[in-house]
Amino acid sequence: MIGKILKDQHGHVAGAVPAGPGAARPPITAAHLRKDAWWALPLATFVFLASFVVYSTWAAFQNAHYFAAPYLSPFYSPCISASCVHATFGGGLPDLTFPVIGLLSPAFLVLWGPGLFRLSCYYYRKAYYRSFWLAPPACAVKDVKEGYTGETRFPLVLWNFHRWTWYVAVLFIVVLTWDALLAFRFPAPGGGATWGVGVGTIVMWINVILLAGYTFSCHSCRHVCGGHVNEFSKAPSRYGIWSLVSRINPQHPTFAWLSLFSVGLADLYIRLVSMGIIRDLRITF
Amino acid sequence: MATTFTLRLFRGDAKGGTFRDYPVESEEGMVVLDLVHRVQASQAPDLACRWNCKAGKCGSCSAEVNGQPRLMCMTRMDLFQPGETISIAPIRTFPIIRDLVTDVSYNYVKAKQVPPLRLKPPEADGTYRMMQEDIDRIQEFHKCIECFLCQDVCHVIRDHEEKKTSFAGPRFFIKIAGLDMHPLDTVDRSRFMKDAAGIGLCNITKCCTEVCPEHIHITDNGIIPLKERLADEMDPVVWLLRKFRGVKPKTNA
Ligand code: SF4
Ligand code: SF4
Ligand code: FES
Ligand code: FES
Repeated sequence: MIGKILKDQHGHVAGAVPAGPGAARPPITAAHLRKDAWWALPLATFVFLASFVVYSTWAAFQNAHYFAAPYLSPFYSPCISASCVHATFGGGLPDLTFPVIGLLSPAFLVLWGPGLFRLSCYYYRKAYYRSFWLAPPACAVKDVKEGYTGETRFPLVLWNFHRWTWYVAVLFIVVLTWDALLAFRFPAPGGGATWGVGVGTIVMWINVILLAGYTFSCHSCRHVCGGHVNEFSKAPSRYGIWSLVSRINPQHPTFAWLSLFSVGLADLYIRLVSMGIIRDLRITF
Repeated sequence: MATTFTLRLFRGDAKGGTFRDYPVESEEGMVVLDLVHRVQASQAPDLACRWNCKAGKCGSCSAEVNGQPRLMCMTRMDLFQPGETISIAPIRTFPIIRDLVTDVSYNYVKAKQVPPLRLKPPEADGTYRMMQEDIDRIQEFHKCIECFLCQDVCHVIRDHEEKKTSFAGPRFFIKIAGLDMHPLDTVDRSRFMKDAAGIGLCNITKCCTEVCPEHIHITDNGIIPLKERLADEMDPVVWLLRKFRGVKPKTNA
């Protein structure tokens, strides 16, 4: 088959690759010869990613304490089912009830979006292939599993649809920005609303800025903004946007971590305020 | 001031071999290759090692120093603790010839398979025009010195020998990227990338980028953009925009 592809696409059919079992490699059996603490990074990644997954799943199942006027937790935004404490678009979708699970928490109606976006993110793929899959655990350290198919088979081949999840993620940035704007509008003691700023407002803004940094430094974003162009001189505006995205793209892993923390902490903050455990400091005008 | 180190060198060939220790002195400013040469000059005249420029530009002196793929001539001795025992192994992904020398011809086979550039017809006045911004991106890939450290570290072939037939490796992904992003290119390499070069086997774990002595962003600027180019085929938005604009994809007619 490879021969035919090479012919169709103008590659040269070259001699056979010196391969085969062992192919007379250096007779060194050690899985690796590294002396540094190569295991520290995958271990730390494992601990942080796993803790986030545990916390966010727990928070999504709570179906309570996700709204402390005027703050809405990012895990529950946009809140679109009828039972929402704070429905984002007025009404809401009918509640879904399942056997065993009971009422479906509105968090699950939205979490699939950001969830799939992060799961298929090029950076997180690197992070979890190293720390969970151990393929490879670190550079020049042997893969733990014998067989390997990379991202050529179901389900991992689906990560090639990362771009679709990016389109969805952009919509989430719009919604979360709206939530952050509403976080300036506090309920007035005598009814109605008054403007102000609270610690929660700042928390929500930091979160949405970091999430936007993460979303717009994405590799798929870089590609759609201009990465697909071969003659930049003929597409100056796309070149401009591409150059901008290319500037923040190297910070994508940093944004990935910071926004992961900020989204969890924003939920936690709003949860604690809503439970009455901490008091939100605020100034209203 | 001289410091003594122990070089633990791999000695042997395909039939068998072991690591042997050589105590050797290092002066200020020396690199690993200097010490290997000292061992060769004083203790092991039959030690096989490949080198050429001693300036990080020929890509011959690739080895695994303390288990990490590196150029021996660019690895300074002040990286190590005085007195440390430093292991030096051949690049393990390729068949061994002897001691630190391996047979890297896998890479030459893969190089030949890459569909080369096919230029567009010239402009009306018979010339070609390219602007600097058109080629900035691909110039990065041209810094490659073919040391094959990225090929050595890539777990797809390092840990799965059988993948050598269906996988081209990071060095050739940036080669393909350099051609595919070329402003005058006309070749469609999509099936080649997927089915002959095996880009889907790369799980973007970025070890190639970590070891590249030329600091080429192999994954971020080469492999991922290529994966994204392939993803265009499945993107309805791109399809619509192309229809609307009348952009024709590359073909091999
Ligand atoms: S990023 Fe891909 S090509 Fe580079 S070393 Fe990892 S698997 Fe190999
Ligand atoms: S891409 Fe970098 S590591 Fe790979 S062969 Fe070229 S210079 Fe060496
Ligand atoms: S979100 Fe990380 S690459 Fe797209
Ligand atoms: S000797 Fe040329 S790169 Fe090291």
